[in-house]
Amino acid sequence: MSSLSAKGVARPPGQAAPVSPFTSTLLGEERSGLLQRLVEGLPPEMLQWLSGYLAGLAAQRGPLQESVPAAAPVPQAVPEAWLTIIFGTQTNNSRMLAERLKSQAEASGLSVRLYRASDYPVRELQKERLLYLIISTQGDGDPPDDSRGFVEFLLSKKAPKLEQLRFSVLGLGDSSYPKYCEVGRVLDTRLAQLGATRLQERADCDVDFEPVAKGWLDHAVGRAAEELAPRTSSAVVTPLRTAPPAPKHGKEAPVVAEVLVNQRLTGRGANKETRHVELSLGDSGLTYEPGDSLGVWPLNAPELVADFLSVLSADGAAEITRDGRSLPLKQWLTEELELTKLSRPVLERHAALSKSAELQRMLTPEGAEAFRALLKSHQIIDLLRIWPAPWTAAELVRTLRKLAPRSYSIASSQKRVGAEAHLTVAVVDYTAFGTRHMGTASYFLATRTGDEERVRVFIEPNERFRVPRDPARDVIMIGPGTGVAPFRAFVQERAETGGKGRNWLFFGEQHFRSQFLYQTEWQEALKKGELHRISLAFSRDQKEKIYVQQRLREEGKDVYAWLEGGAHLYVCGDAQRMAPDVHAALIDVISTHGSKSREDAEAWLSTLRDEQRYQRDVY
Amino acid sequence: MSTTKPPALSDVEHIKTKSRRLRGTLVESLADPVTGAIAASDTQLIKFHGSYQQDDRDSREERRQQKLEPDYSFMIRTRLPGGVLSPAQWLALDAISQQYANGTLRLTTRQAFQLHGVIKGNLKSTMAGINAALLDTISACGDVNRNVMCNPNPVDSRVHEEVYRWTMRLSEHLLPKTRAYYEVWLDKEKVAGSGEEEEPILGSTYLPRKFKIGVAVPPLNDVDVYSQDLGFIAIYEGERLLGFNVVVGGGMGATHGDAATFPRLADLIGFIPPEQLLFVAENVVKVQRDYGDRTSRKHARLKYTIEDRGIAWFVSELETRLGFSLQPARPFTFEHNGDLFGWKQGHDGRWHLTLRLESGRVADTPGARLLTGLREIARVHKGDFRLTANQNLIIAGVPAEARAEIDALVAAHGLDGFRRSSPLRLNALACVAMPTCGLAMAEAERYLPQIVSRLDERLEAHGLQKEKILLRITGCPNGCARPYLAEIALVGKAPGRYNLYLGGDVRGQRLNRLYRENIDEATILGVLEPLFAAYARERRPGEGFGDFTVRAGHVSAPSSPSPSSSLSS
Repeated sequence: MSSLSAKGVARPPGQAAPVSPFTSTLLGEERSGLLQRLVEGLPPEMLQWLSGYLAGLAAQRGPLQESVPAAAPVPQAVPEAWLTIIFGTQTNNSRMLAERLKSQAEASGLSVRLYRASDYPVRELQKERLLYLIISTQGDGDPPDDSRGFVEFLLSKKAPKLEQLRFSVLGLGDSSYPKYCEVGRVLDTRLAQLGATRLQERADCDVDFEPVAKGWLDHAVGRAAEELAPRTSSAVVTPLRTAPPAPKHGKEAPVVAEVLVNQRLTGRGANKETRHVELSLGDSGLTYEPGDSLGVWPLNAPELVADFLSVLSADGAAEITRDGRSLPLKQWLTEELELTKLSRPVLERHAALSKSAELQRMLTPEGAEAFRALLKSHQIIDLLRIWPAPWTAAELVRTLRKLAPRSYSIASSQKRVGAEAHLTVAVVDYTAFGTRHMGTASYFLATRTGDEERVRVFIEPNERFRVPRDPARDVIMIGPGTGVAPFRAFVQERAETGGKGRNWLFFGEQHFRSQFLYQTEWQEALKKGELHRISLAFSRDQKEKIYVQQRLREEGKDVYAWLEGGAHLYVCGDAQRMAPDVHAALIDVISTHGSKSREDAEAWLSTLRDEQRYQRDVY
Repeated sequence: MSTTKPPALSDVEHIKTKSRRLRGTLVESLADPVTGAIAASDTQLIKFHGSYQQDDRDSREERRQQKLEPDYSFMIRTRLPGGVLSPAQWLALDAISQQYANGTLRLTTRQAFQLHGVIKGNLKSTMAGINAALLDTISACGDVNRNVMCNPNPVDSRVHEEVYRWTMRLSEHLLPKTRAYYEVWLDKEKVAGSGEEEEPILGSTYLPRKFKIGVAVPPLNDVDVYSQDLGFIAIYEGERLLGFNVVVGGGMGATHGDAATFPRLADLIGFIPPEQLLFVAENVVKVQRDYGDRTSRKHARLKYTIEDRGIAWFVSELETRLGFSLQPARPFTFEHNGDLFGWKQGHDGRWHLTLRLESGRVADTPGARLLTGLREIARVHKGDFRLTANQNLIIAGVPAEARAEIDALVAAHGLDGFRRSSPLRLNALACVAMPTCGLAMAEAERYLPQIVSRLDERLEAHGLQKEKILLRITGCPNGCARPYLAEIALVGKAPGRYNLYLGGDVRGQRLNRLYRENIDEATILGVLEPLFAAYARERRPGEGFGDFTVRAGHVSAPSSPSPSSSLSS
């Protein structure tokens, strides 16, 4: 089916007729008639202009109500030629690019269908003529949560021959991970293997995705226009969603937020530092929902910048040009460039410059393991120190990736805190290879302790991590470590909403005494009935290590009963080990207490995921 | 017509009543994973099991900001009548402290051990470990008979041996009958009647307040027998124990600014032969059980019952219950209430070494590895250990040929402080106070070394460095280190500020008097300076500092004569 989905991202191609048959349902008879008269005989250019005009009007009137399009009936006709765009995303970047591609393509007069991968009906693949796929890669080469089913299908034997299909893939990723853009690469290969024709070469975007993505998008629109000759005879009614309201703020236009509170949460003797940071959004008008993340534009630590200058033996005041911009070296290093996370392009250049056989071997297929280990353990400064290379400052500036913002799950609900956003920040700060290693953003935030400190931030919405719309639903929240952040927001939100649903939190850390994050708040919430149950796992307070998944199994009977009763399940935190371990524990719980085979338990959990009742925010 | 409602019982009385013989919700509290604390009502009940909930007061405020609850932990106190234990038990407590507590042992002013810093999750294991060492913690705190004190090292060991056996029997005789301790801490099965056990002596709601018993063996009054609710003074001829003089109604605790509360010396009421000891003790307890004030915790000790109703009433009530009269008290003399440091030979030729342990803290510090040293000694020692009433330790029953080995270990681990310290330092007492004691208003144990050094400087300036002056410091007025009997006492009032008391004697027979209120260290030193000068100038031969301050009129004489003066021989 291809109705406007509740999420408002999947949209049917426009009708050939000036006004689609369902306008009367949407607008009522009278307005429908008016619209009919208005558009009659208008040339396509005018219709195009009108659609933009209306979109602009809509933007001024505030956010779109998602319930309205959901009520729209299924269109009855599908044009002969259209472009389908499918995106898979964890942090919304793919979605943003997909929506931009769609509006550009529509501006060129193309019919476009846009789908989130999880919403795409895979049996329609065989009918597709032109497909653009924009998809990110998570963790160790995994697809984003919303694309798991889609990717599994494409890679399975069930995938159909796709000889009729022309396609192109845009991959997003982070080159500091070994399996950089793996999902895009695999799907690109697979589509070709299924007989589809590559319309243009795949492009892989790094964290600083804009430049590569822009090239690919522009080209993609042109190629699509060539493939699908625009139908001049019939205009496309561009629905209101075409031009999403241009946000006043965003990644490229962050809000400057004042730091109100910057408080260590971990007690004496804790071997890690976790902080609670409260930011004022002031009168920026910035709003967020629990589940959203806050993007933070960090600055590199002065100590680290000094280390770079020292290794380069360079003058921080020296002007250096990159991408047509000329800035002092120190400013490049402080504000513009990624100085901690090692990535493949940097390593490649460094291996060449240093002439290190060891590094060069890491870049061959045989060196994959060593390469992976290197990315995990070494920062750029280690590379520069351990394998010296004759970098010039200018070349380094041009080779390093652009500094990218970091996201933190927001730990507060605006219903409680108003124009503030709270973060729970695990501070990365340790010594390795004789050098102090600091997490760029966490160290940046941790050191914003002076008076009137300011941080540039923006909201990263996460529609796939939301409290149930129905406040009577129970929720089970699994958030060890800083994964607890969004659940502080959830509990606040649900307490303020005042629904009947119960809240059950699973939290874990190393030590009860020093690392029970937000302990007194949870105690208070329990007392007030805002939190109904809490299960705790402190891994290092006893001989055997105990994690949240063990508590899940111990409480399995009740966990299953809650889920059977309609509870929503949330997992937030570490993607590498915690999330898979928790998933395995859930399968155990469901098969044990639901008397199901493992396969059935998997299917049961998949259904939960499809119903948006099993949501994850893992990183 | 007016009806006067009797005053309401104190909250703790209700908690005891509902507690099913001291069980309360301890099991549930221990299982609650969200907090390191136990339920408020259980904090009262756990005392009867020998433990106090405490928290690290040093980190309270920072933890509040960190959204962490106070750093709760538990102090565990052993019951150790007369302070005697075997080397194996010493090693067991040492190991328990390493594993579950803060790695130190503390010897108390009542001859018991305290372990500090035990977190809730380790409480049961700690209690079980102590029990496995054939020790227990029952009634070490709470509204019951506390650890029974007894002079640990008299010159005549045969009488001591007998007195010590009576001490043990006293402690056993007055224990609660409830099985709560076994069920809560040792996972023993519930039996028929659990929660409804008969408590023929203590009663179903136990005593109105703590109850302390001490047994002195003259001429030493190290147990400060007049500070006890019930005291016994051994009367003996040569090596034959004749019986005990009985004293009742002593107590140290007071509240700042509350004139209705005060320290009190016990009254001497008569003499009993040894075989009447348990019966008399039981009935003194019962009188207090039935007449003690259960409406106000500050007014609930036996001393107030006696003060309010008169000692004549008390003796008459007691004798009615006994069915016989006490004999007239026998003469005795106390010489001192401190410890005799160094080696002393007993009647059987074996030797006893009394070591100074400042504030009773046994810990390894960069300067002195006291804990390690005593562990090494416990591994080779064949006699026993005895905790003194002044927070010191006796390595008792050492054959002459083993002395050298003990001496070497003592010297190697810095346990020989008694050979070097000034008399002031050797005899000073301090309670724990900050950071763990919830009652403390000022530092005590942590402050003692510093104030002693400052005072020693001043004493030396007046040529008084060899004088045995008795100094005691407590963090609050409740009196754990029996400050009101000291020649110089500092009682905590606020951080860095103390009430200064002067005029006690060194025999535990005269209360001191408040001399200056709420003063800081500079003022303390300033106030004492002219008194030291006068003492150096005007003292009579052998006259103690406390006696001097009273005689010279710096401190007003006590209103009542010294309790045993009429009987002193």
